[in-house]
Amino acid sequence: MKMKLLITLFALTASFSAHAALNVLACEPEWGALAQELGGDKVKVANATTALQDPHRIEARPSLIARARGADLLVCTGAELEIGWLPILLRDSGNAAIQPGQPGNFEATRYVTLLEKPQRLDRADGDVHAAGNPHIQTDPRNIALVADAMSKTLATVDVANAAYYQARHADFMARWRAAIARWETQAAPLKGTVIVVQHQAYPYLENWLGLKQVATLEPKPGVEPSIASLSAVLNKLSTTPAKMIVRSAYNDDRASIWLSQRANIPAVVLPFTVGGTPAANNLFGLFDDTVSRLLAADKVAK
Amino acid sequence: MKRTLIASGILMMLGTPAHAADDLAAIRQEIQQMKASYEARIQQLETRLAKTEAATKQADKKAEQADSKAEQASQVAAVAAQPAPSRESAFNPAISLILSGTMNHSSLSPSTYTIGGFIPSGGEVAPNARGFSLGESELAISSNIDPDYRGNFVLAMAPDNTVGIENAFVQTLGLGHGLSVQAGRFYSSIGYLNNIHAHAWDFTDAPLVYKSFLGNQYADDGVQVKWLAPTDSLLVELGAELGSGRSFPATTKDKNGTVAGAVFAHVGGDYDESNSWRAGLSYLGTGAQDRTYADVDATGVATSNAFSGKSKTWIGDFIWKWAPNGNATVHSLKIQGEYMHRNEDGNLACLDNAVTGGVCTGATGAYTSAQSGWYLQSVYQFMPHWRVGLRHDSMSSGSVALGAGLNAADFPILAAYSPSRNTAMVDYSPSEFSRFRVQYARDASRPTQIDNQFSLQYITSLGAHGAHTF
Repeated sequence: MKMKLLITLFALTASFSAHAALNVLACEPEWGALAQELGGDKVKVANATTALQDPHRIEARPSLIARARGADLLVCTGAELEIGWLPILLRDSGNAAIQPGQPGNFEATRYVTLLEKPQRLDRADGDVHAAGNPHIQTDPRNIALVADAMSKTLATVDVANAAYYQARHADFMARWRAAIARWETQAAPLKGTVIVVQHQAYPYLENWLGLKQVATLEPKPGVEPSIASLSAVLNKLSTTPAKMIVRSAYNDDRASIWLSQRANIPAVVLPFTVGGTPAANNLFGLFDDTVSRLLAADKVAK
Repeated sequence: MKRTLIASGILMMLGTPAHAADDLAAIRQEIQQMKASYEARIQQLETRLAKTEAATKQADKKAEQADSKAEQASQVAAVAAQPAPSRESAFNPAISLILSGTMNHSSLSPSTYTIGGFIPSGGEVAPNARGFSLGESELAISSNIDPDYRGNFVLAMAPDNTVGIENAFVQTLGLGHGLSVQAGRFYSSIGYLNNIHAHAWDFTDAPLVYKSFLGNQYADDGVQVKWLAPTDSLLVELGAELGSGRSFPATTKDKNGTVAGAVFAHVGGDYDESNSWRAGLSYLGTGAQDRTYADVDATGVATSNAFSGKSKTWIGDFIWKWAPNGNATVHSLKIQGEYMHRNEDGNLACLDNAVTGGVCTGATGAYTSAQSGWYLQSVYQFMPHWRVGLRHDSMSSGSVALGAGLNAADFPILAAYSPSRNTAMVDYSPSEFSRFRVQYARDASRPTQIDNQFSLQYITSLGAHGAHTF
């Protein structure tokens, strides 16, 4: 009797694991959302960070180590964005599939031309990334490039469902291209708009929409704004006026509000990634909301 | 330019002497003709120039368009992954250096430091020297060795110019099935604070239980095996270590096999987005042979005592961290506590000090003890860069039994006592790589007097970016 029970149990677990979805651990929500778009019901996605957390600075929490242990595929930004915590996850996970160099270790920045590669590397310049600015997800054309690479990775890691991923990719790309065209039309009036950003997080968005950034609130990347740095920005704005102050959902709001009141320009919160605002509930929502928030601020400024 | 040339040519011609009026008229006509033909040519050249200029402009525009197209194309081409940099130095290991220093003020001399009621651990547990003193400078080098292994090396240079190997171990990378193995010299994973390097502590010194039971931190030469259970988001980690027993409470022995062994279990997870926790239970079992410590005998003459026997330590630890939405940029709180209990069972000897006028005769007797202690600390970040912390230490010498042949008066350090300490600190971290701290401690480790300790400390980290353990 016991033996039978054991065998049934064993068979159950075996069959369960055979049909189990591909476990994807995404370092940031945008890649989690993309993996979900491309993987459909063949993947089970968990995100290591939320849009309200600074992806530079979280800790290798116990829950993340547990998730890394069971992940079949790790999808991250790379370019040292996760350098403060991902190495520990990889080392402590005891998981061969997601180690660097394995197909299960996917770095989005490897498939995109990075902007702002620093001319010199010095900690005196703050939190600089040797490979270039890692915040590539603010340009939907980058998402398209990453989607292309990620669909191939999914097909490599989970060969059995390769055709499924290919079909999902084709479907996603058709919708994505149409969406990009729509956003570009909507955002046309934003071309040449002068902005101030809190963290150097938006060069790709600026490049895409033709925004002109004149200042950052952080005196150096990754260094919280101080009254001194904010006053300097305020000074600068008196000679080169900007239309709005842009910060990400995870940024503390006090600096942008301080400057907004004194410079008399609107402060706009962008979702930055999926989940950053209620409307940014998927990748399409992310850009719908980003564009509409920028347009709204632009109207107020006029 | 061209015009001036022609004009000067004409002038030169005009300058040639003329002999006859006929000639003059003919020359004038010729000149007129030349002038006309040159002017026509110049006009032709000018129109050609204008045309070329326009063409160039158009070409430029086309080139620009081509450039932007090429850029787009290269972005598309980038899908085929960018090549890694191929410099030889790219394979250099990650190097980081910790520089730290303190300025201390204490009402009692650190050289008289003891923790009453407990066998001294022999580690560098005394408070920092009074006045200015350099902290430990720590050089860390680490790199992947090959696809399967990673190497770590930490050299600690003490302010007295002695160099010690703090860590030197190789660990497996993704062995699979949640297993990882490391071998070499490493801080044991028992407890919470034990394998965290001093520069990452929240106070300038270790809790009293660590000073007394583990000689600050338990490090050994040996192997460690860890296994993660295949759970979804709840961490369940089990591990075991075997070692040579090179640090307190163990001693090395001239024997094959192992002297010290440890097992530990960690459980941890997220309560919600803002709260996460970890709890652990560890056991360290070691043997000691002639583990000596300095004390005075019944008549106050210096002597050396030695313990041989078994030492078993249990540790229960927990840590709970809070940050609004898990974003610790502005506010965060952590509460951490550990409880340690140790049983020692063996023989104690008061070494013969008759030569120096003492009363110890080298007699050996049974020694058993059951002692415990705990600490509880909390650190709160109240604004970016600034944190405050409080810590309470409490220990109890518990039960100490000396067998026949031993005179309790010859072991004054073991007299029953409950050491305690209260510590408060404020620190400021301008960046991830630097920290300045002010700390005050009211230390009742000594049974005789209370020590008021005040320290200023700086800790900086140069080079490779370290990762943050939980």
